[in-house]
Amino acid sequence: MRLIQETDFGTPASRTEKTVTLTVDGFEVTVPEGTSVMRASMEAGIQIPKLCATDMVDAFGSCRMCLVEIEGRRGTPSSCTTPVADGMVVHTQTEQLKGLRRGVMELYISDHPLDCLTCAANGDCELQDMAGAVGLRDVRYGYEGDNHVQTRNGDQPNMRWMPKDESNPYFTYDPSKCIVCSRCVRACEEVQGTFALTIEGRGFDSRVSPGMHEDFLSSECVSCGACVQACPTATLTEKSVIEIGQPEHSVVTTCAYCGVGCSFKAEMRGEELVRMVPYKDGKANRGHSCVKGRFAWGYANHKDRILNPMIRETIDEPWREVSWEEALSFTANKLKSLQKDYGKNSIGVITSSRCTNEETFLVQKLTRAVFGNNNTDTCARVCHSPTGYGLGQAFGTSAGTQDFDSVEHTDVVIVVGANPTDGHPVFGSRLKKRLREGAKLIVIDPRRIDLVRTPHVAASHHLPLKPGTNVAVMTALSHVIVTEGLMDEAFIRERCDWDEFQDYAEFVSDEKHSPEATEAYTGVPAGELRAAARLFATGGNGAIYYGLGVTEHSQGSTTVMAIANLAMLTGNIGRPGVGVNPLRGQNNVQGSCDMGSFPHELPGYRHVKLPEVREIFESLWGVEIDPEPGLRIPNMLDAAVDGTFKGIYIQGEDILQSDPDTHHVAAGLAAMECVIVHDLFLNETANYAHVFLPGSTFLEKDGTFTNAERRINRVRKVMSPKNGYADWEVTQLLANAMGANWTYTHPSQVMEEIAATTPSFANVTYDLLEEKGSVQWPCNDANPEGSPVMHVDGFVRGKGKFIVTEYVATDERTGPRFPLLLTTGRILSQYNVGAQTRRTPNSVWHDEDRLEIHPHDAEQRGIRDGDYVRLASRAGETSLRALITDRVAPGVVYTTFHHPGTQANVITTDYSDWATNCPEYKVTAVQVTPSNGPTEWQVEYEEQAKQARRIVHAEPAE
Amino acid sequence: MVSNLSPDFSGDRVAAIVDELVDLEGPLLPILHAVQEEFGCVPQDALPVIAKKLNLSRAEVHGVMSFYHDFREQPAGRHTVKICRAEACQSMGGDRIAEHAKGRFKVDFGQTAPDGSVTLEAVYCLGLCACAPAAMVDGKVVGRVDEARIDAISSEVRS
Repeated sequence: MRLIQETDFGTPASRTEKTVTLTVDGFEVTVPEGTSVMRASMEAGIQIPKLCATDMVDAFGSCRMCLVEIEGRRGTPSSCTTPVADGMVVHTQTEQLKGLRRGVMELYISDHPLDCLTCAANGDCELQDMAGAVGLRDVRYGYEGDNHVQTRNGDQPNMRWMPKDESNPYFTYDPSKCIVCSRCVRACEEVQGTFALTIEGRGFDSRVSPGMHEDFLSSECVSCGACVQACPTATLTEKSVIEIGQPEHSVVTTCAYCGVGCSFKAEMRGEELVRMVPYKDGKANRGHSCVKGRFAWGYANHKDRILNPMIRETIDEPWREVSWEEALSFTANKLKSLQKDYGKNSIGVITSSRCTNEETFLVQKLTRAVFGNNNTDTCARVCHSPTGYGLGQAFGTSAGTQDFDSVEHTDVVIVVGANPTDGHPVFGSRLKKRLREGAKLIVIDPRRIDLVRTPHVAASHHLPLKPGTNVAVMTALSHVIVTEGLMDEAFIRERCDWDEFQDYAEFVSDEKHSPEATEAYTGVPAGELRAAARLFATGGNGAIYYGLGVTEHSQGSTTVMAIANLAMLTGNIGRPGVGVNPLRGQNNVQGSCDMGSFPHELPGYRHVKLPEVREIFESLWGVEIDPEPGLRIPNMLDAAVDGTFKGIYIQGEDILQSDPDTHHVAAGLAAMECVIVHDLFLNETANYAHVFLPGSTFLEKDGTFTNAERRINRVRKVMSPKNGYADWEVTQLLANAMGANWTYTHPSQVMEEIAATTPSFANVTYDLLEEKGSVQWPCNDANPEGSPVMHVDGFVRGKGKFIVTEYVATDERTGPRFPLLLTTGRILSQYNVGAQTRRTPNSVWHDEDRLEIHPHDAEQRGIRDGDYVRLASRAGETSLRALITDRVAPGVVYTTFHHPGTQANVITTDYSDWATNCPEYKVTAVQVTPSNGPTEWQVEYEEQAKQARRIVHAEPAE
Repeated sequence: MVSNLSPDFSGDRVAAIVDELVDLEGPLLPILHAVQEEFGCVPQDALPVIAKKLNLSRAEVHGVMSFYHDFREQPAGRHTVKICRAEACQSMGGDRIAEHAKGRFKVDFGQTAPDGSVTLEAVYCLGLCACAPAAMVDGKVVGRVDEARIDAISSEVRS
């Protein structure tokens, strides 16, 4: 293994197809038109000295190191800003150029500290490299003059010197080392799109400034780290590099946070992770990252992480640390006896969207092949199950239609019920980049998310609908398009069932679906909605991106179908720049669904009642598979309360915190006799567990994750599991303790089994992933290279299906007792239930959940900003602090659910999607009143949790 | 972030100025000029207001404002005296004039006299090299400056 050094071509690639040929230092090189001379030289293997150029940002031409001579042209143009031309003859190294470069370098070094040996960037410093490259031997100017380096000039304090800014928890800014190349400023603008940095002052006074001469933490910085990556010196440096030193080898792997699925180089020193650097060849992220993926991996070594198996007879006992053998035989005996006493259907599993495809496959195999039932479900139940169902019905596949690169070709974007800049930050940055290039944006969200207006990006239309009225709004958009004749008739005739369309057209044309008629209950001004519909239908390539604000409703599946209708209606399917794009929450939620985690589906979304599908698995596994679908999570909990469901193996999920109606979840878990939690931490669910099996992090195992664009990315082990076993090994140990005879020695063998049984994965192998980096399913004989865009020539199901989407108001309604609507979401720095991010310094940005409330509603209730408020619904009550803001409309309140203390899901009800049981997290009728602290439930819960987490450590072995 | 509200600062007034000029092509510089005209300086608290209205980041507005020395963070004195410190004037004795001015006004470059009478600033070329050393008093250029002229300017601005 070695440190992967990606070539820096200096300027971004040109996208034109036409090529030109030029000569660089006697070598001919052919490159696309529009390529810079610098990049063309690098293509030929000739590195021109440079400081301000790097290929993640556009050429700037400020450092004057990359000067070249071009025959027939006067002077010495900078190679980064000079485009190539046919027949051009370039010289990169002449006596004149040598002198110029050395002179420039002398000036740089005359205002730079000479502490290379003790500098954190030693070994990874482009300034150092360039000083070497140009043969700098002497600095004639000396170091005594005006400078930014020394704290004092003689006996006077040096007014130019600035102290190091260490406010950001992950990196430092040392102005004394800055060469003002502007790479950080441009990375923040062009790559991340936050514009948090600038160069303040002018001339020799120039320095990088976060915000208005603020420190990084109080500036607009979102800590994505692009600036740190761009910095050629030690000015911006990861604190981990300062502490540990430079890495010596690296491994490409996939981030385990959100569904974007960014590729990273895990840069290591031995088994110690030094830093995560986004991988330029990563096709989801193209070299970018967010604060979580790049920096928030410290949880892997957090003191709360449990490394030994633990068991207990009852949940009021303290935990007892035991050996793996004891834990597994205890568990297997319990499960077997439960099945003996209560029937084979009395136990089940929950697979994890955080774990790998291979691990998930094994967990569902555990219940199907070893437990002998179909009691498997996954957290996708509570997030994107309506996506699977809705898109399956309309198009024939349960997945998004595009890759993330598609956004670069889109002209009009609808973002509905999603907040990409917080939830899917790297996609958010890619979207913002396209919007800055001129694409138009329509935001459909009850809350004014950042995208509605953020530096250099503004939505053309924001439709601030009342929570729960998605179907009405989406149908009204279609109403406008159909009644105004803006649909793409040719597409519909060719690709969809025309009769079905006519039924649908008749349905949507009804006056009751018009924006004017629906305005009364959606709250969306009719004129604005009409304008948005016209823009989407006529603005060019139209793409729809959506998130849990669509699915987590009683009509979640209907909204997904309405989105599919809208895409088909406007002909926006089957090519780059268009499509229906669910932004999936967890790293492998797509994969966990693909792998047969649902109780009615075997891997590849094939119903368990189909004998020909069962046959495939039965013959391979040598068991009989139950043809009856098993229980969904809510059914498991109901059955537990009824006393018929007794044991559950939960891998990497915290249902107590993440699932709705916490009281009900707690009651269900408490009623079970064997709850097995397989996780990194004693999560909230573990308070009700009898067996705790320590999990491994994504850094400690091999496998694959499938991201929101169906991309199968490799996860590679970079260190040994601190708990002893990767998660797939633990599942195998449990299966074998139950009497199975599994003999996997590497996850690649599990992938072979997946490929052998699941048509859309037929050609996926670890060798192929090694060769291609990643592939997007379906990957089979028909699409051997995978499928970036789906439904290109026809829908998977044949003809696209228009489905009538009647709006039915949720039963969850406001009334005098609960007059406000609560909706929930997430924030950039925290992830999901926060189990990982709360155990990192990310909490400096968000250390508690706050309730966003409109000033009008707050004033009526006598609530001031920062006050504790009681938040109550029919289901329960909790308390948290208020944040007064007009981001939410009057009548709507909003909170995040990252902190267990808040217990936002005590409030949410058990209403759910009619088709898939996906809970209605996004709409709860609530009342908000002033309060002076935690509720009774919060206090009780805290106490119970404290009791439940006691551990008796094992005696050290003799 | 250091807040240095000038006494009459009003965010609403800044917002009104932005509204007036927002339709210009490249409105930021005219807005900064108008704000300085209104308040005698561009108070730091005006920058977030301008940024928000123009849909720019605070950093960007700070970057532009700090690039131009003529945009002040603090109001200037009643009079402003700028002395050219560029090459031509230096070769004609500008250094001596500069030292004399500092002594006479009892302030350093970039400072305002405690009584608020005068702000002394360095400037780099007024385009008046033929009459070097040059200076500018309240926007009017003065050529062939010598110690006597500085003294005269001094009594004028202190009167």
